[in-house]
Amino acid sequence: MLKQTEGSKAVAEAIALCRPEVICAYPISPQTHIVEALGEMVKAGELAPCEFINVESEFAAMSVAIGSSAAGARSYTATASQGLLFMVEAVYNASGLGLPIVMTVANRAIGAPINIWNDHSDSLSQRDSGWMQLFAETNQEAVDLHIQAFRLAEELSMPIMVCMDGFILTHAFERVDIPSQEQVDAYLPPFDPRQVLDPAEPISIGAMVGPEAFMEVKYLAHAKQMQALELIPQLAAEFKQVFGRESGGLVRTYRAEDAETMIVAMGSVLGTIKDTVDDMREQGHKIGVLGITSYRPFPLAQVREALVDCKRFLVLEKSLAVGMGGILATDVRMAVRGTGLKGFTVIAGLGGRPIPKASLQKIFLEAEEESLEPVTFLDLDWDAVNKQLERERQNRHSGPIAENILHDKGMSSAAKFG
Amino acid sequence: MFQIRIHGRGGQGVVTATEMLSVAAFEEGRHAQAFPSFGSERTGAPVVAFCRIDDKEIRLREPIMAPDALIIQDPTLLHQIDVFAGLQPDGYVLLNSHHSFEDLGLGDLVRSRGMQRLCTLPATELGLKHVGRPIPNVPLIAGFAALSGIIRLESVIKAINEKFAGRVAEGNIAAATEAYNLVKEQMKEHENA
Repeated sequence: MLKQTEGSKAVAEAIALCRPEVICAYPISPQTHIVEALGEMVKAGELAPCEFINVESEFAAMSVAIGSSAAGARSYTATASQGLLFMVEAVYNASGLGLPIVMTVANRAIGAPINIWNDHSDSLSQRDSGWMQLFAETNQEAVDLHIQAFRLAEELSMPIMVCMDGFILTHAFERVDIPSQEQVDAYLPPFDPRQVLDPAEPISIGAMVGPEAFMEVKYLAHAKQMQALELIPQLAAEFKQVFGRESGGLVRTYRAEDAETMIVAMGSVLGTIKDTVDDMREQGHKIGVLGITSYRPFPLAQVREALVDCKRFLVLEKSLAVGMGGILATDVRMAVRGTGLKGFTVIAGLGGRPIPKASLQKIFLEAEEESLEPVTFLDLDWDAVNKQLERERQNRHSGPIAENILHDKGMSSAAKFG
Repeated sequence: MFQIRIHGRGGQGVVTATEMLSVAAFEEGRHAQAFPSFGSERTGAPVVAFCRIDDKEIRLREPIMAPDALIIQDPTLLHQIDVFAGLQPDGYVLLNSHHSFEDLGLGDLVRSRGMQRLCTLPATELGLKHVGRPIPNVPLIAGFAALSGIIRLESVIKAINEKFAGRVAEGNIAAATEAYNLVKEQMKEHENA
């Protein structure tokens, strides 16, 4: 049913349609509305049988999800930012044990400085954790990806994060088509676990594994993600048959035909990028877009295929490998190795910094002219940066950086908007 | 695409107002996107929220920097932040106050833009009168419907019924209807002036 609703609310409805049996979560912005809505549905008896477990922390949330998934229950949780970091040990255990937990990550920056706004630092910090990661471009896609995620996770017996931009998507009201229970039931069969803790047939899960077998267990985790590269497009195609729309898949291109400059990105910023590219196409620029939906597994072959005919590409990412540059860009460069293509990395939108069309157009033109630095920070306030660097040169006791920058900018965070 | 920016303070229902605007537009078969500025959520702190309305899918996710309409829920913000920043030359302004623009020190605004697209509305009083709470958001979106013609009063009423139930819904519908009529009257006066 077509609705005008909040992203979080839409995702909560999608999760409910997937018939989870255990939901355990600890509230953290911007994920809170999702689990609040699910908690209300469980309490009202609209989502049954399902146990909603209030836990004392994110570490407990993932630990409970591990236990319930191992007991054969379809298990769901959600988190963001510091919450994800707090559960990391259990995050690795969930994938190491091969438990098909689905977790929403409402992407948010990581402190310090403390910041509740959106970027991709949180889930990208878990890129090597063995979890799959799919990124939603719109709230419709967030709904659809969650439904696909349970299928994918359970077929492979591996956990998956569905990543949606915090606030930008979670708190946005927009048009979303919520599928019917019959559609979701037709697409997503009941959970048939590969391994289950059953008192009637006791087994143990979580053996200590020494050097004689550890490599093989880890390799199999990698092999499963390689299988996911085949399965994700199949599940997207099947999704289209049942639900009648394109959602998910590994990558998607936009106006890429004859493009000489390609813009690569993940998540909701693709919308603003597409609008910018439309404007530039009208002005005669040969520019296109590659949106990456599946960050893990990373679709090296599909990214290469999408870029191989262009002359240069720009990776715009909401994340920063401090001391290195881009995170997503590193993977994209790996995909095009040997082609001689010119690549540019643009770090944008950290901590919720707006990414306006005007700034994008400017940087895309610079990429087209190949006048960009290899790594650029979009809309960085160089005056503020240089002032602090000068302060540090002048004064050994220059004080805390975040407070200094706020002071220099003459603002309390409350007075700023937009 | 039509872009609306609402300024107010935490607790005045600024975010809810944009959400209801988007629901009203959706009820008319249009595409709409509402989102908050994700600023501080403290009661009394300045809050900004945005709404876009279009006839096709809205993909743009940047904040609204050049609005076609401004709704100002609290006139004390005029002294604190530049609420008019980026307003389109032919943009609409709806201000919650029982004073005139001139009385609020905005005579320059009236002289440069004329009164065709400017309006004040005692929205807090309407909220108190009909709902018993000093929340100006619903009267203001109904007033916006009257001022701009971008959405219809019936759609605002549908959005109210989706958000509220029972007596709260009835009170809000009464407040919205009075607000709509007050703005329509003012617009007529401006035309005749």
